[in-house]
Amino acid sequence: MTRVAPGVLKYASLIIAAIVVLLPLSVVLFASFKTSGEYSTTGPLSPPANWFNLENFSTAFRQGGMVEGFVNTTIVLVISLVGTILIGTMAAYAIDRFAFRGRKLIMGLFLVATLIPSVTSQVATFQIISGLGLFNTKAALVLLFLGTDIIAIYIFMQFMAGIPVSLDEAAMIDGANRWTIYWRVILPLLKPAIATVVIIKGIAIYNEFYLPFLYLPSEGMISTSLFNFKGPFGAQWEVIAAGTILVILPTLVAFLFLQRWIYKGLTAGAVK
Amino acid sequence: MSVSTTGPDPVGLSGPLHGVAVLDERGRPRGPGGPGAPGGPGRSQRRAARRGRREGPAGRRVLSRLTPYLFVSAAVGLLLLLTYLPAANMLWYSITDWNGLGPVENVVGLDNYVEVFTNPRILSVFGVSLYYFVGAFLQMALALYFATLLSFSTRFSNFFRGVIFFPYLINGVAIGFVFLYLFQPGGTLDTVLGWFGMTDPPQWLGDADIANYSLAGTSVWRYTGLNFVLFLGAIQSIPNDLYEAAELDGASRWQQFTNIIFPGIRRIIGLSFILAVSGSLSVFEIPFIMTGGANGTATFVIQTLQTAFSYRQVGLASAMAVVLLAIVLVVTWIQRKLFPDEKVDLT
Repeated sequence: MTRVAPGVLKYASLIIAAIVVLLPLSVVLFASFKTSGEYSTTGPLSPPANWFNLENFSTAFRQGGMVEGFVNTTIVLVISLVGTILIGTMAAYAIDRFAFRGRKLIMGLFLVATLIPSVTSQVATFQIISGLGLFNTKAALVLLFLGTDIIAIYIFMQFMAGIPVSLDEAAMIDGANRWTIYWRVILPLLKPAIATVVIIKGIAIYNEFYLPFLYLPSEGMISTSLFNFKGPFGAQWEVIAAGTILVILPTLVAFLFLQRWIYKGLTAGAVK
Repeated sequence: MSVSTTGPDPVGLSGPLHGVAVLDERGRPRGPGGPGAPGGPGRSQRRAARRGRREGPAGRRVLSRLTPYLFVSAAVGLLLLLTYLPAANMLWYSITDWNGLGPVENVVGLDNYVEVFTNPRILSVFGVSLYYFVGAFLQMALALYFATLLSFSTRFSNFFRGVIFFPYLINGVAIGFVFLYLFQPGGTLDTVLGWFGMTDPPQWLGDADIANYSLAGTSVWRYTGLNFVLFLGAIQSIPNDLYEAAELDGASRWQQFTNIIFPGIRRIIGLSFILAVSGSLSVFEIPFIMTGGANGTATFVIQTLQTAFSYRQVGLASAMAVVLLAIVLVVTWIQRKLFPDEKVDLT
């Protein structure tokens, strides 16, 4: 009896947790398949009559600007990721492999920068972006995603510390210059760290709401397109639900395929 | 880039990558000609030596001194442009009454700071942080509980781990809508509560006394997964033989928790605590998306951004941002004093 009780308690609490997580998501899924008549007559917990009613999804796609959102997000995502990887690995290479004047200072600057809550400093960042003439362009977002990425540099530095310096030296004896060493030796060996950064940064950019909201008001990114559902579809919860599911779906797919990497990446970048 | 002016610049800059190749190309045509001309080898050696003295070592030295700066320049440039320049500007704006348009007109000294601490509209938002602060503790407790459970062998542990963690990955706007739907009058939550006999539920988001609890609860739902995965990772890095030894000694699960697990993950708990403090001060997305800060749910960050972009009081908003920044820095400093052995180089 006393041996069984803890087991029961354990699984009971896990099941409750699973319900707490899954129930709010499931009811949104239910709603997304309902017709508007069905939505207003059935309770939130009753499943839809027709699981293949995709009308709301097509409304969300066509009228809700979700296509534009996905396209814009993909563009910004790809450019920002490539840039982050190049800039971050180069910085990490310099900091980890060279002794130079100002190295400590630069590391200190990166360290302090992690403490500044970036949402608040938008008050002043906004003036700089509009001063550069980038307000209302995707370039502003790319620049901000590149510029606020200090965690990536830390992940690269941490990983690079584990790559033996003797590899650099061997390449140098073969006549390689520093750039060749970075490009041919270090960068390929950083692949696992790059994968980690792509995943955590990719998720962060996909989910970012405030930067596109503030800097790209005239075009939709995935978050802002969805956010704009609030107005025109305010009373049509079944369409909002479909949009919400459309936004969650890619995340779910990514999670199912990349689980192991995501857990690893978070623990590495977690300490943000 | 100021460094480049110290050396024979253009050579120094372009030399780093191509210097070797250029030397080879120049040297090679001379090589074949050498044997034909008497005294060739000596002359070419001398020339090589002269050339070396002229640009080789010196150029290479400048170049090699410049190399790390070139590699780090993009990252530092962006850091200065998008983090430190705004921070410095923010300090400057905070002592002016600038409206964000046109030139700065009046320097008002510390007036903005006085207003931050005396204006009840601004001061009240600090109180809102408390809901999230308490929520963050609940979140850490839940995360710790489930991380401990799942660190022992469990059926379907992958499934449960995934389910508890997944909300952290979901887009904030999507979460906002999911919970707006959940909290609707007559919505999911009310229906479920009805099953348990609670027939007169409050207005979860409409009632100013309740709204902050609902939003903090949403925040807990969203972020527990992150704490959970961090704790779980830390627990799993504790060597297994410690548990085995404890089990041989007849230690109960609770004793194992207090004597092995908790001390083993104290560090990550300390870190999560700091994140809880700064996180609860800078809550933004959930309340902004769900209520827009109505019904007394405006957080400090919402208030700051509204002050800047809706009321056009950039000076005052900057002062608010500086205050928030100062609080975060102080809290971090305290944490480092309290846990000096903490590995902080990652933070």
